[in-house]
Amino acid sequence: MNPARKRQVRLIVSLTLALALGGGLIYTSFSAADPALSPTQLLAKARPGVSYELTGTVVAGSVRHLGDGVLDFRLADRAGGGPSVPVSYSGAVPDPFRVGRELIVTVNKSGEGFVGQPNSMITKCPSKYVAAPNPKST
Amino acid sequence: MAVVGRAALILALITSLFGIGASLYGARQGRRDWIDAGRRSVYALVAILTVAIAVLEIAFISNDFAYNTVANNSSLTTPLVYRAAAMWGSQEGSLLLWVWLLSIWSSLAVFLTRNRLREVVPYAVAVLLGFGTFFTSLLVFFATPFATTAPAPLNGVGLDPLLRNPAMIIHPPMLYSGYTFFTIPFAFAVGALITRRVDAEWIGVARRFALASWLFLGIGVLLGARWAYYEIGWGGYWGWDPVENAALMPWLISTAFLHSIMIQEKRGMLKIWNASLVLGASTLAIFGTFLVRSGVLQSIHAFGASTLGVPFVSLIALMTGGSIYLVVSRRDVLRSEHRLDSLFSREAAFMLNNIVLVGLCFVIFWGTIFPLISEAVTGTTASVGPPWFDRYTVPLALVLVLLSGIGPVIPWRRATLANARRNFALPLGLALAMLIASYTVVPISSSAPTVILFCCVAFVFGSIGQEFWRGWRVRRATSSDSPATALVSMVRRNQRRYGGYIVHLGIATLFIGVAASATFQHTHYVNLSRGQSDTVGGFTFTNERPTAAIVDDPSGTGALLTLGVYLRVSRDGRYVTTEHPTAEYYPDASGAEGPVGSLIGGDAVSELALDSTWRRDISAAINAVPLQASLQTEINYANSSVTAKALAGNPTLPYILLAIIAHNYLQHPPPAPLKLASSPLVMWLWLGALIVLFGGIVAIWPPPGAVRGRVRARYLARVAREVGRA
Repeated sequence: MNPARKRQVRLIVSLTLALALGGGLIYTSFSAADPALSPTQLLAKARPGVSYELTGTVVAGSVRHLGDGVLDFRLADRAGGGPSVPVSYSGAVPDPFRVGRELIVTVNKSGEGFVGQPNSMITKCPSKYVAAPNPKST
Repeated sequence: MAVVGRAALILALITSLFGIGASLYGARQGRRDWIDAGRRSVYALVAILTVAIAVLEIAFISNDFAYNTVANNSSLTTPLVYRAAAMWGSQEGSLLLWVWLLSIWSSLAVFLTRNRLREVVPYAVAVLLGFGTFFTSLLVFFATPFATTAPAPLNGVGLDPLLRNPAMIIHPPMLYSGYTFFTIPFAFAVGALITRRVDAEWIGVARRFALASWLFLGIGVLLGARWAYYEIGWGGYWGWDPVENAALMPWLISTAFLHSIMIQEKRGMLKIWNASLVLGASTLAIFGTFLVRSGVLQSIHAFGASTLGVPFVSLIALMTGGSIYLVVSRRDVLRSEHRLDSLFSREAAFMLNNIVLVGLCFVIFWGTIFPLISEAVTGTTASVGPPWFDRYTVPLALVLVLLSGIGPVIPWRRATLANARRNFALPLGLALAMLIASYTVVPISSSAPTVILFCCVAFVFGSIGQEFWRGWRVRRATSSDSPATALVSMVRRNQRRYGGYIVHLGIATLFIGVAASATFQHTHYVNLSRGQSDTVGGFTFTNERPTAAIVDDPSGTGALLTLGVYLRVSRDGRYVTTEHPTAEYYPDASGAEGPVGSLIGGDAVSELALDSTWRRDISAAINAVPLQASLQTEINYANSSVTAKALAGNPTLPYILLAIIAHNYLQHPPPAPLKLASSPLVMWLWLGALIVLFGGIVAIWPPPGAVRGRVRARYLARVAREVGRA
């Protein structure tokens, strides 16, 4: 094979490989991703058997620590107002968990409420860059 | 004083703009005096911004709550060191730190190149001051750190307890140094492309600055991982969080650049690729800053809605568009001088390494911005988790580790069979031995990727060890040095090469820790009452007794109440260690939770108890939120028993009641909510990281005088060749 043709073959092979890998990447990311929803969206869309990544703020007066490490609480939209979603969660609770704080938890629909996957809770590190006035300072 | 700070920022903006104008005018007209004025603006910028940062630091240290940023991030009860560090806990303060570090590193770069790259430097100065202009404009127009309120509040909100960690003092400045340092190779690449001087002299400068930014960002990422391991992650050091990814991406691309620039240096190939890499790495560094600042993605590093999105997107668009234009319009000077001779050559190994690194970066980039893509395509935001990342990053990392053993020993241009036998016999033998061992001696055969990784690591140790051994033997034969001196002088004579080898050893060591701890970690979440036990990965944790302390705050963070348990850890009935995980509770300034509840109603932080040896880490953390909840009934009772009248008569009453609650906790402890973990070989990760940093320092350290002379002669010869060719 002459060098020019060899280079051409090399180019085609590597481009095909790159395309295949890129395609796989795109396909798997869409199929593996959990939809991230706000409480309002979740109430409108949730179907049993699907995992959702729920993002919202903890509603005041909704937090109940039950025995056996089960934690019940409700989440509302970050913007405030709107309906809230009851979540029953077990497992590790991040330290910043508190009324009014924003958190992300993976949930499945169960009856009227939602069950959080154990140890899936992430609270957002409250340190950074809150443009709105800090609720505690007012 | 706030006026001084504000004036300093405006002056800094004017200085930056003047410097850009002076540099460009000087370069166009060939006026040295204007070019020098441009360079002096960079030095002036350091002085002016130092004034601004000093004003703000003094406000933080002296608790001047008239400054909004001080009131929002510090308080009277925040200890001094954390008050000083609280500045970069805020949006405005961290932007000020960013631009201050930018000015310092820019000055260093401009100083080091004062007698070199005469044509390139003015443009590089203009680009650096362009970044300075951008960030000082943000501080002047969007997020001023010098906003004040009158009358000043009596106390501030306080620094978030999660940030009251020694890492807070050093991690942000290091990370920002890494990010800001990336603007320097960018600036010099832009300058070189504009003036069409992408030559040997430029390579030398670009490589050095790229190595420095690589080193700083690496230290920043490492400190962040270490911090997460203790504080946020409770034993996890990496979570594929957008902000972690943001720091990793430019680091990966600059790793690729540091390798492929060698091909350009030795063989004059890949010039377009190298220019793109160096421009891309810096753009990704700004992209990382944008991710942290803008709040566009959900992350543990929460960002409230911020106004900085539009300016940052504009800057990134400008950098990307400008980079593409420059590379395309200068493609005539970026033409390759040679072609690839063989797929079995060091060039090919480096190219493969580049493809893998860029592929890795693309995977991470895609996964990080996927929520945005998904929202654009399907209408709902969706994100991919760590399993998705692992599926791609694990195989790519395996290839990278293997290449780090092949690259250093495969010859340039074309490898022969004889040569392969000479260089690869020992490493392959070691890898094979590891394979056999992993099915007989070492307990890792249950995980195929881990077995492959350990074999790759054995290969790397073999090939790098062999290189050191051969070099050392030659040095011994040709000099009368003692064995140790021979090793040192061998490294000193070729610091770049041996520094790089040390980095490779460190990466291989680091991956031992990553693979073992990711695959064979055991974690349990359990509630243990006094006397109860739980066994995790062969280690038995027994809850021996509770502890409680009021105001006694061992880590000096300002916590009012500290609860904990003593855990006795044993293995096969033999005592191993005693661990003391604690939960620290901070007061809530608003008083919303009653006179007693507010004493501990603020933030809560779990302090990890960790016992590390080279073989394993055993850690225990007590879950602060549920533990506090178990005291709630008593706290409610205490709250209701403190009347306003009683409080007026005895202001210390809530503290006394809290002491009684703590005493009750000791007498009748509730079950302790614990996270218990054992992970093998985590220490190797930190050890590997330290070796990488050491190797990086060796590679960047100024070479000894004699060698420098030789390098300089070689460099002059190359310049002469290029002049001859031109």
